[in-house]
Amino acid sequence: MIDVSYYPGCSLEGTAKDYRESIETVCERVGIKLHELEDWNCCGATAAHSLSHKAAINLSARNLTIAEKAGMDLVIPCALCFNRMKAAEKVLLGPYRREYAYRFEGSIKIWDLLDFFCQDRVKAEIARRFKRPLKGLKPVCYYGCMANRPPTITDARNWENPTNMDELLSFLGAEVIDWPYKTDCCGASHVVARPDIVFNLVYKLFDMAERVGANCIVVSCQMCQANLDMYQDEISKKFNRDFYFPILYFTELVGMAIGEKQVNRWLTKHFVSAKPLIESVGLNL
Amino acid sequence: MSVQTPQTIVPDYSFLKKVEFESKIKASACFQCRKCTNGCPVTFAMDFYPDQILRFIHLGLRDLVLNCATIWVCASCETCTTRCPNEIDIAGLMDYLKESAEKEGIGIKDNKTYMFHRVFLDDVKKRGRVHELRLMNEYMLKTGEGVKKLKDDSWKQDLKLGLGMLTKGRLPLLPKGIKNKKEVKRILENID
Repeated sequence: MIDVSYYPGCSLEGTAKDYRESIETVCERVGIKLHELEDWNCCGATAAHSLSHKAAINLSARNLTIAEKAGMDLVIPCALCFNRMKAAEKVLLGPYRREYAYRFEGSIKIWDLLDFFCQDRVKAEIARRFKRPLKGLKPVCYYGCMANRPPTITDARNWENPTNMDELLSFLGAEVIDWPYKTDCCGASHVVARPDIVFNLVYKLFDMAERVGANCIVVSCQMCQANLDMYQDEISKKFNRDFYFPILYFTELVGMAIGEKQVNRWLTKHFVSAKPLIESVGLNL
Repeated sequence: MSVQTPQTIVPDYSFLKKVEFESKIKASACFQCRKCTNGCPVTFAMDFYPDQILRFIHLGLRDLVLNCATIWVCASCETCTTRCPNEIDIAGLMDYLKESAEKEGIGIKDNKTYMFHRVFLDDVKKRGRVHELRLMNEYMLKTGEGVKKLKDDSWKQDLKLGLGMLTKGRLPLLPKGIKNKKEVKRILENID
């Protein structure tokens, strides 16, 4: 059993409940025990770092203090929460730490959930429960921005061309397709005030995914998932195309590979139905 | 938000000094290689390119950079910061400029991106966490987007997505708060 602290973040309590369910179930199945941080608060997201550097750092720092007290490494699924927590870590271990209200000694490691899953010890647990290879799934891995950039904050090793998700999905037997837009931006929270920007960015992703012959897009960030999934119809119409890309969480693919029946329920919570794809490749449970 | 570039510029380096002192970001290290602009995914929506913003800071064109659309169009994807050969945190500078614009009340009127951020932080201030449904309602009310959507019929698309979320169990109607709301409120109160 691997014990870790867990920071779900606000959207996993709401619009990304599907991601949360898949994370918590899959972790339990592969022997990861998630301990939700006591009384965690919002990281402040883009709003805080846009309007107050200081408040943004303090908001995340409060969570880090709680996590350090709990004494276990901290796992964060949301790429932006992860990024904000790492930014606070760097500040609290840097020369200006006295300007902030919280202390952090750096005694625990802050993990992006995907990266945590890509450890050999977790892969070994998955291998022990492996039921069937995900043959026929031809995903492109979409990593997005925040889990990797900037590397001075995230400590990512391959920020221009990350490969950990590609390796994990290949390990699950999926026929992963390489593509050049792994870490291109989806526009994130601009979708509220500037959907025009998001639609342009996401259209480019779909267009490239189609050109390289992918049949689905796999993500590890719920903001990427929402922007690619919820607006796929609208983007298809706007650009006069007929895109069909189920936008799947990597945890759902782990679930499929270990034969977890709840996968079906998680998939019905997406806007673009994965059912036609799953049935066409014979992966239905 | 279109702004005219002045014809004659008398450089005023005091703004550059202020920016560097307050943001702790070395804007003066820019040698205008334009790598930031070449990698930026949202230049199509900007009025000035990121490298131009750096140059404007050097020249002391404070009003121009605080009034421009670019700082609000920046998606904080961190590509520029990652690739800058002089290690300038360009996305961090964009944040610093947004924060300055808010402090001085410049360029934030009728600015929907700003309003979204403001409403977001107000929501966090109340309960320590964001509740997406309330956030969206507040945003629609405060920006007048809700009324606009009613007039141009785009509310139908929003309703479709909202109902979709609701039936998929992804839109809890009641917010969750944290126990220590006061502490979070205190963090957020110091910024105004």
